[in-house]
Amino acid sequence: MRKFLGLVGAVALLAACETAPTDGANANASGDAAAQKLGPAAGSAQDFVVNVGDRVFFGFDQYNISADARSTLEKQAMWLKKFPGVTIVLEGHADERGTREYNLALGERRANAAKEYLVSLGVDAMRIKTISYGKERPVALGHNEAAWTQNRRAVTVVTVGAGS
Amino acid sequence: MKFCVRFLTLAVLLFSSQAWAELRVDITQGRVEPMPLAVVEFTGDNSDAAQIGAQIAQVVSADLERSGLFRPIDPKAFIQKELSMTTLPRFGDWRILNAQALVQGHAVPQANGELAIQFRLWDVNAETQMVGLAYNTVADNWRRVAHIIADTIYQRITGESGYFDTRIVYVAESGPANKRVKRLAIMDQDGAKHRFLTDGLDLVLTPRFSPTLQEITYLSYYKNTPRVYLFNIDSGRQSILGDFPGMTFAPRFSFDGTKVVMSMARDGNSDIYTMDLATRQTRRVTRHSSIDTSPSYSPDGKSIAFNSDRGGSQQIYVMDSTGKNVRRISFGKGRYATPVWSPRGDLIAFTKMTGGKFYIGVMRTDGSGERLLADGYLVESPTWAPNGRVLMFYRETLRGEKKTTKLYSVDLTGYNEREVITPLEGSDPAWSPLIP
Repeated sequence: MRKFLGLVGAVALLAACETAPTDGANANASGDAAAQKLGPAAGSAQDFVVNVGDRVFFGFDQYNISADARSTLEKQAMWLKKFPGVTIVLEGHADERGTREYNLALGERRANAAKEYLVSLGVDAMRIKTISYGKERPVALGHNEAAWTQNRRAVTVVTVGAGS
Repeated sequence: MKFCVRFLTLAVLLFSSQAWAELRVDITQGRVEPMPLAVVEFTGDNSDAAQIGAQIAQVVSADLERSGLFRPIDPKAFIQKELSMTTLPRFGDWRILNAQALVQGHAVPQANGELAIQFRLWDVNAETQMVGLAYNTVADNWRRVAHIIADTIYQRITGESGYFDTRIVYVAESGPANKRVKRLAIMDQDGAKHRFLTDGLDLVLTPRFSPTLQEITYLSYYKNTPRVYLFNIDSGRQSILGDFPGMTFAPRFSFDGTKVVMSMARDGNSDIYTMDLATRQTRRVTRHSSIDTSPSYSPDGKSIAFNSDRGGSQQIYVMDSTGKNVRRISFGKGRYATPVWSPRGDLIAFTKMTGGKFYIGVMRTDGSGERLLADGYLVESPTWAPNGRVLMFYRETLRGEKKTTKLYSVDLTGYNEREVITPLEGSDPAWSPLIP
């Protein structure tokens, strides 16, 4: 279970690097402080990814919300309530070790399980769309348990209404 | 493009064809030794016709070889180099090579610009003609004539209908796994005449041929909204199949081509629905909190095989097409998926997952007689040749951390597996019926 938390952190860091790739080049002595102040704008998609955590993970052929996942979704729900203009798409994904059509159904289940938990925490269902990608969009490209663990996921993607 | 092959005549029958000669390959009895046969370069009345004739002989020979039932003899070994359509072959020259069957042909340009392609199939030991036919066609269409000739030979010798005059639609893949580009593509059964049907901008999956041939049903993520679509091959026109509130996926035509059976997901739950293509009426077939997907009609339309985890893990079930009388048919070790009913009605092809590997297999429609035909890191998506004797599927292979995805065919013995060569990587093959 600790491993899961570690992974969430790693992914969030990666995402942060991807979205702000050029900042590091001009870093100087006061860079750290500047970066702090210039961090992602509150309520932005980047703010959500970096400061809240945009994904939860599932066991093999599972779609129940684990304790780790609950903690992440609770943070997501708080953030979403703070920024009521934001709408989201919940993407459900599966690892590569299943058949294509079953995995589409499984991804749908995972996206919906995350959605239902957010709704149970008071997020308006009208703000949430779901989509399943099955095994079509892995985030980790390896072919081992470490990669599959990262790929069995539901990702909350901030869409309309996010500040930039 | 319109294909037109006019079957002309039982060509100049100089030689009597004895009723059902003894030359025969029985393909119902497991592994068979390939029959040695000689396909002689077809001749022609002029050099253009002769060139096409030579190409036809190559395609006929390659089709028969790929079936695993025939072993074409290397033409370099031939003793009789020249054969005439009007005199008997020197059978002794062919017996020395152990040729059981002999195929010869000749192309004759016609006044209207078409070609008449004549061919004869000989039983070398009985010294009798088994088939003598001629086809008229435009020269550009020679490949189809070659496949039709190969089908005729296959049928005459095995007693089963052929499958060479068919096409494959599949998903051509390129790019890294996290940004994989997937395009619908179509090609002849032997990989010739390959072309792309979609541009790759939208993710497309699981194409399936209509029995009426000119149409495909498939899943597209057009506008990030996964839905089942129809694609007309001739016109290139794509249209969404119905206005559904949730993701529709796993489509497959009924054997009479009048319906599409598929899954629809609502609030996380996938059930099976059918749509009548004429009336556009939909009907819900399953109503269960489990995943119900990968539906496949039986040829008589009375039953539907499908994949469900209602018993706790992925297994194969069969029900009446009304949704009644659901019974599980897969009971072996592991998980089972992707049931596909054979066009002959006798078998269901499936994917099996056990011990960290994937398998393609077949079982009888009551689940008995399970046989595994192919395996790999991942194999899935079996599709039947129209004669129900050969399957195509896709396989992911790992070499180190590099994964390749390719198409393969395998016959029901499991001994004759072949890679199907495609320009890019490929998955989700779908075999067409015989071209009418």
